[in-house]
Amino acid sequence: MHNFEFVKPSTVADAVKAMAGSGAQALSGGQTLLPTMKARLAAPAVLVSLTGVAEMKGVCMGDDGLSVGAATTHATVAAEARKSFAGLANLANGIGDPAVRNRGTIGGSLANNDPAACYPSAVLAAGATVHTNMRKIAADDYFQGMFTTALKEGEIITSVTFPVPHKSAYVKFNQPASRFALTGVFVAKFANGVRVAVTGASNNGVFRWKEAEAALSANFAAGAVAGLVVSPKDMINDLHGTAAYRANLVKVLTKRAVDAAS
Amino acid sequence: MTTISMTVNGKAVSGEVEGRTLLSSFLREGLGLRGTHIGCETTQCGACAVHLDGQLVKSCSVLAMDAAGASVTSIEGMANGDGSLSVIQAAFQEHHGLQCGFCTPGMVMATAALLKVNAKPTETEVRHYLEGNMCRCTGYHNIVKAVMAASGQDVSAIAAE
Repeated sequence: MHNFEFVKPSTVADAVKAMAGSGAQALSGGQTLLPTMKARLAAPAVLVSLTGVAEMKGVCMGDDGLSVGAATTHATVAAEARKSFAGLANLANGIGDPAVRNRGTIGGSLANNDPAACYPSAVLAAGATVHTNMRKIAADDYFQGMFTTALKEGEIITSVTFPVPHKSAYVKFNQPASRFALTGVFVAKFANGVRVAVTGASNNGVFRWKEAEAALSANFAAGAVAGLVVSPKDMINDLHGTAAYRANLVKVLTKRAVDAAS
Repeated sequence: MTTISMTVNGKAVSGEVEGRTLLSSFLREGLGLRGTHIGCETTQCGACAVHLDGQLVKSCSVLAMDAAGASVTSIEGMANGDGSLSVIQAAFQEHHGLQCGFCTPGMVMATAALLKVNAKPTETEVRHYLEGNMCRCTGYHNIVKAVMAASGQDVSAIAAE
């Protein structure tokens, strides 16, 4: 890994100042960024650790839903969202392994927007709001393709607010070696309809499967999507799974998520 | 170089590090605590697992500077005060939970973390929790048996394969 200057602010304001420097990069749990830097695929001049920013940590229920600080670890979300939003807690509890879950954070996952990451599907399916030091971004506007988001240079995610669905579940098919989602589906049932978000499948990153949303809004049962066809066009096609295989997984996992929703 | 301080296995320590120095490197090269093994250095294998402020982490994926001021426990801090093997270590010895021993420090640290939150895990829970720790001797059956035994459960019914 190339060397860098390390800074560890304790407030969002100081983190924003540190991020204004040339070649600065935010570091959250580091479970993706540090391996990326070791492989020399990233070489920031300044690394701004967010692990010491207390105001970016924690889970609490407010008027707009469940608010999760961006620097909150997967393990903390798994424990603290258990009663209020079980679908989200279960997703968090399935990321990586216990050691990774003790470091990795929701903000880091969303800022990176890996096409096979789990969290983007929950954020998109719940219609969550991404809060940054500058503004609020609706989930539908936030994800802009593989590793691409609406975040601007130097912008830091501070928290995410989730409207809590009546029922929800996330089901993924693990890529057996990496434990990333080969494909994963988050289903969220609200009073005014159902939202379905798919990760790990499309070349364009996480997306909403709108045909399934319409079918499930009319009838929230696994059988409701049985007649739908998922096109393999634009699906990821690699040695772990063909585009057609992933397209099929989208439907299979959606059915399983509907069955599992609670 | 920057001087950092932390508590390792109950002792106050300090040393010089660069921004890029990993916690695993600081423990091994800075402090000479080579019980923490580096297997893959890519956050996969778990051989470098330690406890950081009581939480299981992979020390190759934490910057030493990010751990400044923290309390770290490594495998060297796992034996009893008189130097005898702890319950977990003794169970690994008793049930042949190690072959070449390379993954063992990480396995012991992961086991200690598991038993802290789940005193009597089921076999399935043990296997799930150890997902981030690889044993390339593939000696998983006896590792799981050792973990179950360390939790005080009867392991006579678990197959030794």
